[in-house]
Amino acid sequence: MDLSLSTRTESGPGGDRTVVVVGGEIDVYTAPKLREQLIDLVSSGQYHLVVDMEGVEFLDSTGLGVLVGGLKRVRAHEGSLRLVCTQERILKIFRITGLTKVFPIHSSVEEAVAATD
Amino acid sequence: MAVVELLLSPLPSHVRTARLVVVAAARRAGLDDELVDELRLALGEACARAVGLHARHVPDQPVQVTISDTAGGLSVQVTDQGPAAGPAVDDVSAGLLESDGDGSRSDFTGVDRMLDALVDPDVALAVVTGLVDDVDVEHGPGGTVVTMRWPLPTAAQRPGGTAVATS
Repeated sequence: MDLSLSTRTESGPGGDRTVVVVGGEIDVYTAPKLREQLIDLVSSGQYHLVVDMEGVEFLDSTGLGVLVGGLKRVRAHEGSLRLVCTQERILKIFRITGLTKVFPIHSSVEEAVAATD
Repeated sequence: MAVVELLLSPLPSHVRTARLVVVAAARRAGLDDELVDELRLALGEACARAVGLHARHVPDQPVQVTISDTAGGLSVQVTDQGPAAGPAVDDVSAGLLESDGDGSRSDFTGVDRMLDALVDPDVALAVVTGLVDDVDVEHGPGGTVVTMRWPLPTAAQRPGGTAVATS
C-alpha cells in the first residue's frame, strides 16, 4: 500500500494543532512525500504538529529520519511534533532506535492535542 | 532446500518489491507471524541500505537477495557491492539525530540525493542487528553480506502440521 497523507486543524488548550494523518507504508520510496509535507507545513507557519500513525502499516529508519527532520524544523520555531501510535510493531522500531526518548508518543489524537508540556 | 533469489536494480521502489517477495516466501515456509513482521522490517532496512550504497557507488550493479528455506530454518541474505560500512553505531538515536534527514547535501541529485538524505547505512545496519537475534555481517573488499536467520516451526508444531506431515 502506498503512503496516504491528510491534514486537519484541531484546537487544544495550547492553541491550534495541525494533525497529519499518515497511512500505508513509510519507507525509502515514500518517505520523501512525508518529508515534503512536513516541510510545507513548517514553511507555512504551522509549528505544532501531531502525526497520527495509527494507519501506518510499515515504518523503517528512513521514515524515522524524516520524522527527526520534522522535529528539528519545528523546534527551530519553538514548536512541537507529537506522535500518535499504539501499534506494537511500529513502537518497536522507536524503542530499538532509542527515539522513544526523543518523541512524545501518545495513544490518541485527543491526548496529543490536549498535551501542553 | 527451497531457494528464492532476487536481483534488484538500486531503485527505492524495488525495496518494497523485495519486502513483498521475501514476506511471501517466509509465510510459505511457515515462519511465525510475529517473526514475519521482524523479517519485513529487517529485510527492508538491509535492502534500503544496500540499494542506497549501490545507487551512490555502483549504480549499474544489482543488489542480491537470497531466501533459503532449509532444515535449520529460514536464511535471508542481502549482498551488496558497496564500500564497507563505517564503525558500528552504538547509539542509534544519536546517529539519526545527527543525520539531518532533510536532504541538505546539495552535491547529489535525483535518486542519489534522496537516498543520501534518507538512508544512513550505519543506522540501517544498527537497526538490523538490534532487531534480529541471529545475524552475521561480513564486510569484504567487494562489499557486505548481511545474513539473517530465523527458526521455522517443525511440521508437528505448525497448525495442522500433523496432517501436512502425513499427507
